[in-house]
This record gives sequence, C-alpha cells and structure tokens, in this order.
Amino acid sequence: MTDIARGDVARGVVARGVVAKILPFSAVDGPGNRAVVFLQGCDFDCRYCHNPETRALCVHCGLCVPACPAGALSLEGGRVRWDAARCVSCGACIAACPHGSSPKAVSMTVAEVLSSIDRYKPFLSGVTVSGGECGLQPAFLEALLVEARAAGLPGLVDTNGSADFSSLPGVVAAAEGFMLDVKAWDETEHRALTGAPNRAVVANLRFLAAAGKLYEVRTVVVPGQFDAALTVRETARTLVAAGSGARYKIIRFRPQGVRAAWRGLPTPDDATMGALAAIALREGVREVVVV
Amino acid sequence: MNPGLAVITDRTLTYQQKVAGLAKVGESTENPLRIGAELQVYRDSGVICDLFEGSAPYRPRYIVPDYERFMRRGSAFLGLEPPRDIWEATAALLILYRHVPSITTFPVYLGDIDALLEPFVEDEAEARKAIGLFLLSIDRTINDSFCHADIGPDATTAGRLILELTREQKNAVPNLSLKYDPDRTPDDFALLAASVALDVAKPSFANHRMFAAEFEAMGLGDYAVASCYNGLPKGGGSCTLVRLNLAALAPLARGLDDFSGRVLPDAVARQLEYMDERVRFLIEESGFFESSFLVKEGLIDAGRFSAMFGLVGLAEAVNAFGDGKRFGRDAEADALGLEIIERISARVAAHRNPLLAANGGRYLLHAQVGIDSDRGVSPGCRIPIGEEPELADHILRSAPFHAFFPSGIGDVFAFEPTARANPLHLLDIAKGALASGLRYFSAYAADADVVRITGYLVKRSEMERLGRGEASLQDTTALGRNAVNNLGVLERRLRP
Repeated sequence: MTDIARGDVARGVVARGVVAKILPFSAVDGPGNRAVVFLQGCDFDCRYCHNPETRALCVHCGLCVPACPAGALSLEGGRVRWDAARCVSCGACIAACPHGSSPKAVSMTVAEVLSSIDRYKPFLSGVTVSGGECGLQPAFLEALLVEARAAGLPGLVDTNGSADFSSLPGVVAAAEGFMLDVKAWDETEHRALTGAPNRAVVANLRFLAAAGKLYEVRTVVVPGQFDAALTVRETARTLVAAGSGARYKIIRFRPQGVRAAWRGLPTPDDATMGALAAIALREGVREVVVV
Repeated sequence: MNPGLAVITDRTLTYQQKVAGLAKVGESTENPLRIGAELQVYRDSGVICDLFEGSAPYRPRYIVPDYERFMRRGSAFLGLEPPRDIWEATAALLILYRHVPSITTFPVYLGDIDALLEPFVEDEAEARKAIGLFLLSIDRTINDSFCHADIGPDATTAGRLILELTREQKNAVPNLSLKYDPDRTPDDFALLAASVALDVAKPSFANHRMFAAEFEAMGLGDYAVASCYNGLPKGGGSCTLVRLNLAALAPLARGLDDFSGRVLPDAVARQLEYMDERVRFLIEESGFFESSFLVKEGLIDAGRFSAMFGLVGLAEAVNAFGDGKRFGRDAEADALGLEIIERISARVAAHRNPLLAANGGRYLLHAQVGIDSDRGVSPGCRIPIGEEPELADHILRSAPFHAFFPSGIGDVFAFEPTARANPLHLLDIAKGALASGLRYFSAYAADADVVRITGYLVKRSEMERLGRGEASLQDTTALGRNAVNNLGVLERRLRP
C-alpha cells in the first residue's frame, strides 16, 4: 500500500503515507478546532460509508482521466496525475472509479503534511488522523503523531479498530487519544455491516479504555440493520468496567453521500436515539452525545 | 408631507423614536457649516457621507466617559456620592447613562462594566440579581444597538455573571466586547464567552494586546471599544465620523493610475476638509465642551477627543480595477486592496487638526460597517457576502488590513448551530484570528434570535415585528431590517 509495511518503524527514515485529504479546520473531529489528515485506504466496507472513495488505493487504470471535465487528470508514465489547481471538485472522477478509490489521494512525507497545516497552527487545538483507516499505515501514523506533537499539535487517532494497537506501542504513546468506532457488537451483524470481523475492535476497546487513551467511542445507528441496544449496552459496560472516562457519541445514520443501495434507509427517530443514550447513561458512561 | 409631520404620524415609531426624529428635523433647519462646492458634489453623490450626524454638530459623535473616575468621585452635577454597594453602583451607572450624549441620543459606551462592578460583588446571589436588573434596564431603556459595554481582559466574578446573564436574557443591547489577552484572559473565562456568543451573538473578541499597544504608542493611554467596534480613548471619544465610499469613488476614475494619482487623493483631501469643518464647529461654536458637566467633572477631556476617518467598499473598488481578479479570492487583488489602504493611511496620517490634541491632531482610520441603505457596498475592508473563502483563508486574508484601523475594523462569522456542541472550536478560531493580527472577531450561530447585522445586534423577532407594521423598542431594528434586505447579512457563509 505504501513504501512502509504494517509494523515498520519509521524513525530515521522519511516516512511517506497516502493521504486522501487534509482539512485545516474541523469542529467535529475531537476537542476544539482540529486539522484532520485523512489517510487513504480502509479494510472495512461499511454499507453506510460517507466517503467510499477513501477505501481503496488507486491502481492507476486511468479510467477517471477522460471523466474529468476540467482537464485536471492525466496519465503520465503509467500513473494518474491530479492537478489540484485545475480541479473543480465536481466528483466526476470518483463517480467514474470502479475500484472505490480516488485519483486525488497523494503520497506525502510527514514534513509535507505538517508544512501544509503550519499556517493554521495558531487556530488549532491539535490534529486528528482519520481515514480511510489510519491504522493501516502505522509507521506513517506514528511518525506523524510524533512530529505533530513536537510541533505543538497533539494528535488524536480516529480508527475503525481493525489494527491491533496493543502491538503498536509507539502509536499509542505518541497519540493524545483515540476515537474508536464500535459499529456492531454482534460478530455476524458486524460482518454484514462492514464485511469484516469485530474481534480486533472489541480487543482495542478494552485495551485503549484500560490504557486511559480512549477519548471517544462512536456507534452509527441504522434502524433494522443491527442490534443497536446490544451494541450500546456492551460498549458502555466495557468502558465503565475499564474505568474509562471516554464519551460515547451515538450518531444517527444519514443517507447523504452513501452508496445507492443504502440511500433509501431511514434516519432513526428521536425516541430511538434517546433510548440508546439512556442505556449508555444507565450503564454509567460519563458523557453521552447524540448527533 | 413635510418631514416633521411624517415623523409625527409614523405608526411604526415609538414616542421616544419620534422625539429623536423630530430633533433631527429641527437640527436640519440650521446649516452653519461652511461646505465648499467640490465637497458638496461628493456629498450629493454619496462618495463622502457623515452618516446622519446632522447639519449642526452639538455633541461629539462618540463619547467615552471615564466611568472609573465617576465611581471613585460620584458627580456633583447629578448629586451622587460614590457608590458603596452593588445596588448603588448599578443605580449610579444607570443614572449617568441617561446623561451621556452621542449621535444616537443614547450612550455608545457603558464602561468596562465588569471592572466597574467587581469591587461591589460580595454575595454572589445578590450580585447576580443586581447585575441582572442592571442589564435588563439597559436593554429596555437604552433602545439603540450602538450601545456597547466591555469586559475583560481579566476574569472576574462580575464578568462571569455578566456573561451568564447575557445568555439567560438574550437581549440585543448592550453590544459586548471581551478584551482578550492570551496572557491575562483565562481559558475557562474565554470559553464561557465563546459559548455565550454562539447563543446570543456576543461578546465579540477584541484584540487587547493590539489595541493597548497602539493606544499607548499614540500617547492615548487606556482605550475602550464603543458603538459597533470603535476603539477610542477612554475619557474622550470621537468628534465625528465621516466615511469615504470607495465603491462609489472608483467609477469616477479613468483607470487605476487615475484613481491612485488623482481621484483618491482629491476625495481624501475633501473628506479631511469636511471633518475639519465639523470639528471646528463642534469645538469652537457649539459650546459643548464649555457647558457639559461631563467635561467640568473630568469624566471627559477635550484633549482626549480625536475624529474618525471612515471608509467602506474597498472590495468593490478593488474589483472595479482587478481585471476579473476578485478581492478576498486572489492574492493580486488583495495586494491592490492593501496598496489603496496604505495610500489613504499615509494621507490621513500626514494631516493635522490643530484643534485636537489627541494623537497630535491626527485622525484615526475606521473601517465603517455601512448604512442600511447601502447596496453593493461591502463594509470597510470586508470580503463581500457570497464570496467568502473558507474560514482559515478568510481570516488570514483579512488580517493584514486590521493593523491600519485603530478606531475599528472587524469581521463577522456565522456558524452552523452544531458549533454549540464544541465551543472550544470557536475559541480556538477566535484565538488564532487575534494571534494572526485580526483586531476584532465576532461570531454567532445561524439560528440565534439575536443576530449581528454589520457591527450591531438586532433580534430577528423584532425585525419580523417591524415587518408587520408594528413599532419596535429599539430604533436600530429598522436599520437591521433594511440591511438584511439590502446587504444580505443573513446570507453569510455558514461555517461548519
């Protein structure tokens, strides 16, 4: 996926990562105003994914090039090249991609990422590394967190929990905290929802909660697709048992931006969301946020 | 219908508004100012405008009393001893406010009210009740949104109570500034201010370090933020504010060289001439400074009055010469904007009014927020509504202009209501904006009833009331309603 394999240690080398997008200001990716670095590539296939184009890496097939109305894409030496200056952000390339990818993801060094957000530093509480799934590029993730902290920007990790963070002590030490998705508690339902097992997610929930590194846990509620009450209850119990002060954000499914097959699904009503929040509070979670 | 009768029979005006309106009609029957023909052409075409200041200035436009002195010494004219408790303190201030003139007939500056009241805060519950009634009285009796109070930079119990009560009461008056200094303003106090701003569109964040350093350097000492966002010397004020409409001026030029070399210098000179004449009448003929008890009791000092050289419509002027490059979007256009402001600043700085001791007789630049009848004229140096870039870019592009305007410039940002879930996000942005050189930062959440029009606050519900043909307590509701229609102020880009 990159020139760094999973588990590599990046110290002493110029780590490169595949970056889908960098957002200078965000109100919803951790405390305060944060820059968000979205890494490209994800090992889950969530049915409700709002950014399905961040899942796969570009294979440079070139099918998107003729789809671009602005002439921002070209095929050079067998690689698709994206010209940010000409891009009009119309989404035609993403619609044309049969691989669930985007030609706009770029390979960057840690220094390049940090220099692109340097001018915004006075405005930021920190940086959040998200995805895609940032745990798939652990060496780059660790180097980015270390350098960001050195630059005065504490880093949060926003993850689907598929990577085993207990085996990545460098990442855990360098991160200010983690935001972890618990998409479904039941293994079968999790597979149906994401195409992936959830044992690693639950293991990370326990590990990060016990390590005091969990800032927030999130569950997206989609009526009829999985047992949300079970998920919220078990997740809450796990947090409380580990003595974690993490907040639990319970999120309404919203159809905007999701793939066609799921666009017709309903948004959960206030009563459903209130009942789930009540479960988490009853279990003793310190703070529950419904959005 | 003659103007007086129009005021008298207007069904949408309160009694107080009719009295003020009739005073304007009366003043306009006197024309003692000497206005040359060239200046009159600019006035008739709207290039130079005195912002309804009247034809015979009989009080300074903005008065910034030394309320600290009043609290220490009371007032012989008003027969008031220095206050001894929170009830006497709030009552004394409310009494004095009634006697502080301004362009609006209401005081435009109420004091650094946290510091004024803090010495009297003993029992918090009692202080909360007294300050609550104080704020309520201000909103219900000072019926004009250009009335401004300051708090900070230090956190105090009084300051916290003012913020909490501001959120509870959700009133448009007074406008409120937090003088923010990263070395003095604690984060929890600033965070409370940010979360209140998302509910009630105030306080704004004033760059205390910037204001304090500049006023010190100008020899003006302590400053206050008054009216919309006007930085003025405490214990003094501004005799007049006249504005230059760059959007209206640009079309008079045959190109950029003609604008810079001939049209702009002439208009600046005429505006200075007009300001000089208004100051002359006020100081030498009106008798204000000889008769006001505020002067006699040392609450204001003629030597601490300056005057404000205002301007509007920089964006439109730049766009007129920009060959398609847009102000706020393109670096070359922004650079042209800065060049125009530098030219104006240099000419204004070179001018002296021997009648004014403050700042060596030099006028203070002011980025004027516009008047309700403006169409296609952006406030001061602001990027036009509808063309605002992303928030970070917007702030960083705007900041270089702010250093030129010690008597006021500011930007207003509208946030999604969801921003309330994370007020630290807003505080981070406000801090970053001030650290990047912004002088004055205002924010509100898009669904709040109290909304910042250009620099002043108006309630949406009051604008709707006026829209139904009913009278509104605040005279500024009508200005807000027209500005909403003419300037699209409710269409500001929403920040996530």
